[in-house]
Order: sequence, then C-alpha cells, then structure tokens
Amino acid sequence: MTLATTSGPFTHKANSVQKVMTTVLLALLPATAFDIYLFGWPALFLFIVTIASCVAVEAVCVSYADRPAKVSLSDNSAVLTGWLMAASLPPWSPWWIGLLGAIFAIALAKHAFGGLGQNVFNPAMVGRTVLLVSFPVIMTSWVLPHPLFSAGAPSFADAIAITFGGHMPDTVSAASALGYVKTELSRGIPVTQSMAQVAQVPDLMDMALGYRAGSMGETSAILILFGGLFLLYKRIISWHIPVGVMATLFLMGTIFHLVDPARFTTGQFHLMSGATFLGAFFIATDYVTSPVSKTGQLIFAAGVGLLAWLIRTFAGYPEGMAFAVLLMNGLTPIIDQYTRPRVFGRSRTGEPLPLTKEKP
Amino acid sequence: MGGAAFPSAVKLTLGTQKKLDTLLLNGAECEPYLTCDDRLMREYADEVIDGARIMAHALGAPRVLIAIEQNKPDAIAIMTKAAASIAAVEVVSVPVQYPMGSERHLVQAVTGRETPARKLTADLGVVVHNVATARAVHHAVRFGRPLISRIVTVSGGAIRDPNNVEVAIGTKVSDLVEFCGGFSVRPERLVNGGPMMGQPLPSLDVPVVKGMSGILGLTADEINDSPTNPCIRCGTCVTICPCGLSPVDMSSFIRKDNLESAAKLGVMDCVSCGSCSWVCPSHIPLVHYFNYAKGMLNDLDREKRKNDRVKTLVEAHMIRIEKAAEAKKAALAAKKSATAASPAATEPHPASPAPTAEEKVNA
Repeated sequence: MTLATTSGPFTHKANSVQKVMTTVLLALLPATAFDIYLFGWPALFLFIVTIASCVAVEAVCVSYADRPAKVSLSDNSAVLTGWLMAASLPPWSPWWIGLLGAIFAIALAKHAFGGLGQNVFNPAMVGRTVLLVSFPVIMTSWVLPHPLFSAGAPSFADAIAITFGGHMPDTVSAASALGYVKTELSRGIPVTQSMAQVAQVPDLMDMALGYRAGSMGETSAILILFGGLFLLYKRIISWHIPVGVMATLFLMGTIFHLVDPARFTTGQFHLMSGATFLGAFFIATDYVTSPVSKTGQLIFAAGVGLLAWLIRTFAGYPEGMAFAVLLMNGLTPIIDQYTRPRVFGRSRTGEPLPLTKEKP
Repeated sequence: MGGAAFPSAVKLTLGTQKKLDTLLLNGAECEPYLTCDDRLMREYADEVIDGARIMAHALGAPRVLIAIEQNKPDAIAIMTKAAASIAAVEVVSVPVQYPMGSERHLVQAVTGRETPARKLTADLGVVVHNVATARAVHHAVRFGRPLISRIVTVSGGAIRDPNNVEVAIGTKVSDLVEFCGGFSVRPERLVNGGPMMGQPLPSLDVPVVKGMSGILGLTADEINDSPTNPCIRCGTCVTICPCGLSPVDMSSFIRKDNLESAAKLGVMDCVSCGSCSWVCPSHIPLVHYFNYAKGMLNDLDREKRKNDRVKTLVEAHMIRIEKAAEAKKAALAAKKSATAASPAATEPHPASPAPTAEEKVNA
C-alpha cells in the first residue's frame, strides 16, 4: 500500500500555459493575416523567419540548460514572442533582422534570466528595441501597403530578393504617421498642419483599417482591437492594463492638445496611430512582465501610457510604446511589492484588524 | 460535523466566555460535489431547527441565522417554511462562491463583518455550527441518542450511482461504495471529503468517521492534472485568493526555503482552500507548498517556544544560584563584620585562620 502524500485540490480548471498562449495567438491571427495581405510576400517571409528563429533559439537555450526541449516548445511561448516581434518590425526588413531579433529576445531577454516566467523585460520588445537602436535605418524603413496580387506589389521572386537578398526598393519607403508629424515638427511645421496632411493622405478611417505605412502590428488597429476584445472575452486579460494605457495616452494627448494645438497632437491621433492597440492589448498585458494585482496593473498601465506619450512627444523617437513598456517592466517588481492585496482580517500593514463593534 | 470536524462541544461553551448574539448555522456546502448538507436540510428541516434552538439556548445567543447557498432553492424553501413560525430563527441565502463554507468568509457574507486575524468569529458575537451538528444535537438532547450515524455524499465520475447515504459511523467505506453501485470505471483517486480540501484515501478498507462528509471516486478527466510548468505570473491566484494573499510570491519564497519571508506575506493566514491550485494554468501545487510551509513554521515555532522555555528556566536557575551565593557572601560578610566589630567582646578568641580559607573558596 502506498500512502499518497499530495495535498488537494484533486480537481483542476481545464487551463494550461499552452492554452493561454494559443488563445493569444488566435487573437492575433486576423490582424496578422490582414497585414500579410497588405504588405505582401516579404511580410510573410519575415514573419516565418522571425518565428522559426525564435523557436530554434528557444530549443537551443532549453537544451543547453538540460531541460526537456519538447515541453518548453509545446507551450508556444516562443512562437508568441516571435509573432509579437514580427508584428513590430518593418514588414520589408531583411531576414537577418528577424534572426538577430530572435537571439536578443529569446536568448538574452528570456533565457539569460531563467526562461519562461523569470524574465524581467518583455522579450519581444527587447528584441525590437535592440534592433531599433542598432539598425535605425532599416528599422524605420516603413513601406506603404502593397496588397498581395495588386499592381504594385512585389512578386514572389521580388519578395525573395527583398527579404533574403537585401534589395530594398528605394522608392517605396514612407513615414509612419507618428514619424511624419514628428519630422514636420522638427522642420518647424506646426502639428495642426502636418496632422491635416496625415488626415488627408490616409484618413483616420484608413489609419484604423491599416492602409498606411507602419509595422505589421501597428497598421490594422481595428483588427488588433478585435483581437484584444476577444482576449478580454476569453478572460485571458482583464480590462485594467489596456484601458489604463489607452486612457492615459488619450488624456495626456487631449489635455496638451487643448493647451497648445500647434505643438501637440490630439488624443484620438495618439490612440489610432502607432502601436497603441498592439501595445495596450498584447504587449503591456504580458503576464510575466506586468504586475500581478489589479491595482498594480492600473499603476503599471498609467505609467506605460504616460511614458509612451512623453517619448512620442518630446524624445527623439516617433514611437515610444516599446520603450515605455520596457521601462515599466523594470518597475514591475517594485509595483508588485507595494500593491499586494490586503490580507483577510488584517490591515494593510499586516496587523490584525481592530475588533469593531457591530455596525449600526 | 463540518469538513474540518472541529469539536462542537468546545464551540458550544463559547457562550460562557464571550457575549454572543448569533448562532450561524452553516448550510453552505463546504465544497463542490458535496450535497450531504443540502439533502439533510431538505429531509430533516424540523430536526435541524430544533437542534439549532437548543444550541442557541446553550450559547445564550438570542438569534439563529441559517445560511444556505443560492444554488439550493429547495433547501431554502423547506427551511424557510420550517422556520416561519419561530421568530428567532431566520434563513438567509448567500452567494454561491467557494469557499463559502469557510467560517470567516460565511460570517463576512452574512453579517458584512470581517473577523480580525488571530481572533474568532465568536469575538464578533457569532458562533458557526454545521447544520448536521444541529441535527445531532437534536438527537442527543431530545432522545439521548449519541452520534452513531451521519450522511455521507458518495460521488465522483467513477461512482456508478452517486448518492447521499445515511450510514452508521464505523461502516466500511468499501461497503458504502458497493451500496452506491460500485465503480463504473477505475477511479484515478479516492478522496475523503471534498475535491478541494479533502484527503486522499489510500484504500477503501477504512471506516466512516464523524467528519467524513464525502467519499469521492474521481476520474482522470475530473482531476485534470498535468505536469507542473513554470509560473507565468498571470496573477490569477492573487485575484482568486479569498484571504487576499499572494500565492505567486509566497510559493517562490517557499521553493527557496525562505519560510520567514513567506510568513511575512501571510502564509499562516492561508486556509488551504485550494482555489489558487485549482486556477493555476501552470498546475503548480501551490497548496502543497503552503501546507509544507505551515507545518515547518509550526514546528519552528514549537521549537522556539521550547527553547525559550528552557532559556527562561536556565536563567531562573542562574539567578537562584547567584542569589544563593550572594546570600552566602552576605552572611559571611555579616559574620566577619561581627567578628571584626566585636573583638573587644570576644577578645579571648583571636581571629582564626578559618575565615581566610572560606574567603579563598568564595573568591
């Protein structure tokens, strides 16, 4: 007779890490499929290269750490990291951008810290940021959409040349909306005017749909929003982080736009442009690198929104989502420390509650 | 007769120490699967209410509240009807949310008051008893019948004919299972009690005991266990914990055997309800960690108390020895001064060498 020494519970919710990750992938699928359609074969190639590299690097790291590779790979976390990173890259980047990004994201940001669950910083954003700082030209070579099978779209052979041969056509690059406004501002042209330009060329609706220059993940804001709502519906994420990020960004944008319309863009513009939705719903909500308590998540989200606005408005880079998320990632442990929930029957400081008389 | 099987007699004497205003009968089932209390209230409502009134009298509590979860409309209806004629007894419905059967959480749901840590609900004037206890009291006081039987829920996916059975205490569990049609499939795990906080049963060759609210034969599908994955810090355990603890942080401290830090985060306030383990997407056996930590911390605490006791004893001993030595010294000094002060009186006796020898010893 063997004595079982396990504690209860003897039943579990039908949930697993793999299920969580797969649901997130599913939520990203429509937006990604649409973006691949928009940017054509090169985008698809880059997408595949990035994810494959992430999975390969994960396998190498895990087997180097003497852990069963099959278990680690089956949770799909490496696929998700690759997916998110690919979504934040310029779609016509060369193949080695994806590979390098994968090495930085998976090996440096994730496994150097101890693998899944141990990393302080969001791997996908570390990958993207390192690439952006190291290869600023490539990483800001946005192209206008060239939908698959449309007249101007690169053929399969052209695409191979773009992704694997490094033949970036000179004529197609275009500024993203945020970048355009920023450049114009630096030339002394007020935001009101450049925004009017942006609003004319791709109007706000087009911007929302994704018919504009940008990374794969930032263009189709509406589909990303749908994906985010799907995650909320599935209860993979709660409203705290996305709403917190977007509300802060919108508020900062609106308030400062009212103060000086010539210098500051509007709240709506901040919401609809750049990687706001991707960042708010998919990047900042990363379990591992965001606080665990709801209060902590709200503080974290407000910080992301504020920093993103500050970087977009005052710093050298037109888009600040990645930096903002990374900076707040660094603060997550300390936020967690100070936002622990109150223990039942105890005060915030951990002392037993005073014995109160019955409430009248 | 609830899940924890705390001795009722102890809880019934609380009236002599504290001023009580309410006897709260716990008709919220302790755990999923278990329906023995539900059945009991539907079949023996009058006996339960009679027992409750006897208990309230013993406690000196003027009011009896019977808390029943909202998913038991039949029990609520029957109990409300049975209690209608008695002004002091009232049936209240509580939300269906595990662990509603937990004493402190039930008191909070019913009265809105939170029991302070390290205090009893009796400090709020509320004593909680199980509905089955009330029926047992009715039997004991009215008929002098001791506790010789109880209602046991026999359930789980592996049981062919799940049922609530009133059985004599001491009945073999195997007979009980046989009575419920035996197993339809091989059970992956046998549990004494509920699926969340019950104990694993090593075999069926054990008797039914007083606290045995259920016998479960669970299938692999119901257990839904899978290998433990790394924590992904999703924070669901923090959101779900009914005690406001942070299982994610406590478990990582305990894994490093840093029990002190885990204790600071309140691991001793954990009620082992199992909610965190149930929701964990990584299937980390969190409750297992906490039970281990609680056991170790209790051990350390006992050890410390023992050492402290020994220390105080040793200190007292040292003080006694010192005092004795001092007294001896003082006596000697007195004697010496007496001899020194009265040489005139005792001139015929010159100072003997003996004191010097004694002084040497003392030095």
